[in-house]
Amino acid sequence: MWLSQLLIGLTRAALGATPRWIGCEPSTAQRIYFANHTSHLDTMALWAALPPAIRASTRPVAAADYWGNNKLKRYLALQGLNAVLIERNSGKAMSNPLEPLYTALEQGASLIVFPEGTRQAQALPGTFKPGLFYLAERFPQVELIPVYLENIHRCMPKGTFFPVPLICTVRFGAPLAREEGEAKGAFLSRMRDAVVGLAS
Amino acid sequence: MTVQEKFYCVLGGVGALLVLASVITWLLWMRRGNTPLITNLAARMRAWWVMVGIFAAAYVLGRNATLVFFAFVSFFALREFLTLTPTRAGDHRALSIAFFILIPVQYWLIGTDWYSLFAIFIPVYGFLLLPSFSALIQDTDHFLERSAKIQWGVMVAIYCISHVPALLLLDIPNYKGQDALLMFFFLLIVQLSDVFQYILAS
Repeated sequence: MWLSQLLIGLTRAALGATPRWIGCEPSTAQRIYFANHTSHLDTMALWAALPPAIRASTRPVAAADYWGNNKLKRYLALQGLNAVLIERNSGKAMSNPLEPLYTALEQGASLIVFPEGTRQAQALPGTFKPGLFYLAERFPQVELIPVYLENIHRCMPKGTFFPVPLICTVRFGAPLAREEGEAKGAFLSRMRDAVVGLAS
Repeated sequence: MTVQEKFYCVLGGVGALLVLASVITWLLWMRRGNTPLITNLAARMRAWWVMVGIFAAAYVLGRNATLVFFAFVSFFALREFLTLTPTRAGDHRALSIAFFILIPVQYWLIGTDWYSLFAIFIPVYGFLLLPSFSALIQDTDHFLERSAKIQWGVMVAIYCISHVPALLLLDIPNYKGQDALLMFFFLLIVQLSDVFQYILAS
């Protein structure tokens, strides 16, 4: 779609968003890409770094309270990015907030998630929320790919509204999976360490 | 010789040199195939062709095009520099100013022949403004270090590079209308030094 092409073109021009496939090769296999979250540009950068054929079947996950709260943002997220919107305040949601993600995965889509749930002020990720664990538990065949977004926290940190055009790279790590009987806390910290490991 | 004729002579000479070098590169490639040295040489040849092409186009399109072109050179240089420089979130505003205000203003000053401000705009006003904006964010960690790095980047990537097209400002007796040739000569010398250094080193 033209809007996606425009957004990707702008992201490339402003940030570069060059992919580095460190631990895996690009593949159309069903995957969940999870990354550190420091900026509104993260989704765009990761999405733009994927080859077009993979991008076509990969859907970013975005917070409904931010991306769904006005028409323009909603249009950008749904039409431009093909995003899956989820409710962050589970109190508001009537059903399981992860339900839209289950549906998307059942339809064969790959996902881009930011397991911290919110943007951080520093480059390294904080603690992961349990959503990723439930996804891995329910869809054990889906590859979990850790991704580290470098430099984006300097381009447009939390609280700023205009990007500084520094060159950003997107590093993809080796596929992970949930080990048999692994507890939630151990799994989440292992996933977080995989992202941190890509940082250096 | 008129200025135009001189320009075409210089361009023709550079072009001939490039054709000769390309032929040699091609012959080497025919003989030895894709060794790392030859791949590197071919990449350099391509870069030199593009460089000469862009400079020639900028010259033909006139002074404003040349200024816009150099503004982009500054932009990309500053981008490379700052990408490798560890700045913090608190520097965001200073960086935005460097990219989106200092670059256009510096080249606009050349365009309007305002030499007196062009010469001091970055070393005086820029250097006072940038750390002030960083200070207002109230992030004091490594403040002097960060400021120094940003200022050094701005100095090299904007102020120094902008002096190349600033040759167009010069008013040399008996040399009217030929400043662009002077700039071309300057770039040629710089590039030739790179060429010779490369050839002698390998």
